[in-house]
Amino acid sequence: MRVTVRLFARLREIAGAAELARSVEPGATVGSLWRDLTKEHAELAQYERSISSAVNADYARMDRTLAEGDEVAFLPPVSGGCW
Amino acid sequence: MLAIGPAPLAAERLVAALSADEPERRGIEGAVVTFLGLVRNHNAGRRVLYLEYEAYEPLALKSFERIAEEIHSRWPSVHMALHHRTGRLDIGEASIVIVTASAHRADAFAAGRYAIERVKQIAPIWKREHFEGGEVWIEGAIADPDDEMARMAAERAACA
Repeated sequence: MRVTVRLFARLREIAGAAELARSVEPGATVGSLWRDLTKEHAELAQYERSISSAVNADYARMDRTLAEGDEVAFLPPVSGGCW
Repeated sequence: MLAIGPAPLAAERLVAALSADEPERRGIEGAVVTFLGLVRNHNAGRRVLYLEYEAYEPLALKSFERIAEEIHSRWPSVHMALHHRTGRLDIGEASIVIVTASAHRADAFAAGRYAIERVKQIAPIWKREHFEGGEVWIEGAIADPDDEMARMAAERAACA
């Protein structure tokens, strides 16, 4: 299955791309996709306990099963608004 | 009423939309509160030069909608407008404007405070601080809209 990965802020910089196309096996989850990415970019692992994730622009949990064509976003801790 | 993008913020337009300039709302609201978040020239002992805001825009908009719904259930009389800016913002520019309108001031103030606390908790928006001598991503809350403890903390801040 093909999925699109969206990365933001520091995660985007670590991976060197805002968007990645990835192939995953049927049954793959948001969490397994994240672990695949940490194998490619070891520096991402420091975010293991602080990332949030979204599927198709809705917040989703790490155990969410992926479907063909999903857009999966990984979000470091947020800092919108003002200080 | 809810928006995110690179255009400079126009607080007056939102105030007008929520207050007496709108014929069908005229006379309903007795209080309009405007909150502007501005770019400071200092943070954590650093001299700030400018900020860059990045967002996952479709999810940011949905987060604003969720915040508006939360406000509607907690303060049913309040109407809210919220715009957040993205891209490079210089010192003194507004990154966010929140306008809340209600029949009475207490609800308008409380809902406005609640809205900014929730934006900082759950909106997928990040700021990169460019300061004298370097730059850094500011990382705040772990975004989890279903974290009821965080939501209650925002409500406590609003009602303090």
